Amino acid sequence: MDFATLIQILDSTVRLATPLLFACLAGLFSERAGIFDIGLEGKMLAAAFLSAAAAAVTGNVWLGVGAGMFASLILAGIHGLASITFRGNQLISGVAINFLASGLTVLLGQNWFGLGGRTPALTTGGRFEPITLPFADAIAPYPIIGPIYAELISGHSALVYLALAMVPASAWLLYRTRFGLRLRAVGENPAAVDTAGVSVIGIRFAAVAICGILCGLAGAYLALGLAAGFGKEMTAGRGFIALAALIFAKWRPWYALGATLLFGFLEAVGNRFPNIDLGLFTVPSQFMQALPYILTVIILAGFVGKAIPPRAGGQPYVKER
Amino acid sequence: MPKWADAVLVPLISLLIAFVISGLVILAIGEDPVAAMKLMVTGALGSTYGWGYTLYYATNFIFTGLAVSIAFQAGLFNIGGEGQASLGGLGVALACLYIPWPHWSLALAGALIAAGVFGAAWAAIPAYLQAKRGSHVVITTIMFNFIASALLVYLLVNVLRPAGSMDSASARFGEALQLPSLSDILALVGIPFNNRNPANISLIIGLFACFGVWVMMWRTRLGYQLRAFGKSEKASVYAGINPVRITMYAMLISGGLSGMMAVNTVMGEAQRLILNSVEGAGFIGIAVALMGRSHPFGVLLAALLFGFLYQGGAELALWTKIPRELIVVIQALVILFTGALDNMVRRPVEAVFIMARKGKA
Repeated sequence: MDFATLIQILDSTVRLATPLLFACLAGLFSERAGIFDIGLEGKMLAAAFLSAAAAAVTGNVWLGVGAGMFASLILAGIHGLASITFRGNQLISGVAINFLASGLTVLLGQNWFGLGGRTPALTTGGRFEPITLPFADAIAPYPIIGPIYAELISGHSALVYLALAMVPASAWLLYRTRFGLRLRAVGENPAAVDTAGVSVIGIRFAAVAICGILCGLAGAYLALGLAAGFGKEMTAGRGFIALAALIFAKWRPWYALGATLLFGFLEAVGNRFPNIDLGLFTVPSQFMQALPYILTVIILAGFVGKAIPPRAGGQPYVKER
Repeated sequence: MPKWADAVLVPLISLLIAFVISGLVILAIGEDPVAAMKLMVTGALGSTYGWGYTLYYATNFIFTGLAVSIAFQAGLFNIGGEGQASLGGLGVALACLYIPWPHWSLALAGALIAAGVFGAAWAAIPAYLQAKRGSHVVITTIMFNFIASALLVYLLVNVLRPAGSMDSASARFGEALQLPSLSDILALVGIPFNNRNPANISLIIGLFACFGVWVMMWRTRLGYQLRAFGKSEKASVYAGINPVRITMYAMLISGGLSGMMAVNTVMGEAQRLILNSVEGAGFIGIAVALMGRSHPFGVLLAALLFGFLYQGGAELALWTKIPRELIVVIQALVILFTGALDNMVRRPVEAVFIMARKGKA
């Protein structure tokens, strides 16, 4: 493999890791506040659909992003209502949200556009254009550093840089602010937060809303950045890969960056080399696709470092009387 | 609140809400919900052809519904029915392709065992990790669904596909392994039934499975232990129930039942293993188990309801502009209202009963 190919693979790694990173951070906020969320996939799918639909109709990419966040927030609201207000089973609610998104996107898409569940292909203005960072053209001719800067670092869409910026922002919010401390405490010991006079329900709803916004960005990037429009089931399990990355990252923001880059890299390699010939045997492409899930099971099994979820995760909070 | 209200009234109200919202969705896309309902009823229940498909789908959902409900009873959420059923399909295909069965009845027994063993084996690793290492069974079974789908694609494309075939599917099973159809069986007792539908003897096995699960859950020591463990892990451990053993048993039985679904689809209908032969039935098992309150009789009724929705939805897609995905929406709403938003329905009903009792006193 030559240097140019490596750069291309890493470039597509960044692209493919972006939706995973948004979704992974989304899950991080929710689960750190004690709300399990296996509905990341559904929220991403709904956001991808509505953002593509809005961008196709208005021709404005940012209106698309807003619509995507709106769709995702509605589903997040349902999840909050079920798991916080009515103290329902958070996992079942997540399953329901995934199906709701999967069904409604096709139903509405077919009704609105009549393209078999797709949205019209987006043209300029309706989707994200690559941003060329300053001096990219000037540095490009230099060896090594040129391709790295001009192709790998520069030339992505705005949401890619936003996703990367979300990592330190999330870490700061979670570990350096009062809100973050409370959010983490609500996921570990909600009764203690309640005793301190802080609303557990309020913090949890805030966390679920942040999760909704981030999933909205993940879905919008899929439809407006990675692709040019919405296609049926276009998330293709990315919500679950993000969930796997979250466990892989042990519910920490910086680790989340590493985990999503790793999973993005696996996808990029799998796309580039469908079957990897190692001489003695060939690694089938299906193995590469399954690898994130296999790695997550190994991590969950605790053979390679233990992943311990937030202690109050999955349990509705009942105020003491 | 009386027992009947808890077991029947609350699920019925939840179901009603789910259907009303589904009706609103149909209205929102500019179609007539009443006409749609009529079309679904005549399409699914108006002829023995429709009934055949309804019962064929229901058979799948009986197995996956029972699978999810057994795990629910033991306090576990087995979301991996999809993967376990795919592996069950693999078991059925291997048993049918590589063992020269002299008669379909022996092949059916062999395929059932193979499907059960493969499905249980696929549930065994998540079960072990939950029991011994405390890894959450929901996450591991989700991961195993994806691993199963990758594995099946690999095997169908590279191993099981007959040479020269472009289709990613296994070879056809022998003619001799064709299972008796429901119309064959009903003809024996003189009931005329359409023979152009895939309903087959697996339906009867499914009914036996319902009864068997009921006996196991409410008439055996193991069933008692499973339910006790599901109600309170601490109390059951105190009573001397081994949590590792119960978790393993619950998940193995659950995985085995999911796997057995494949006898209906792979051996009863397709007569070969195709890609994605499960078609989401593993997930519908969740809705069926929630709707049926994790009781075999409830599961049977809920499976029939979803069988009706599936066949009715197919008819809708055929005759109207409403896509098949409407069923996915209805399924989501049923899961949402009977599962996650259960308290939203239950609390007002409870309040009504308390008020009624106070009024009497």
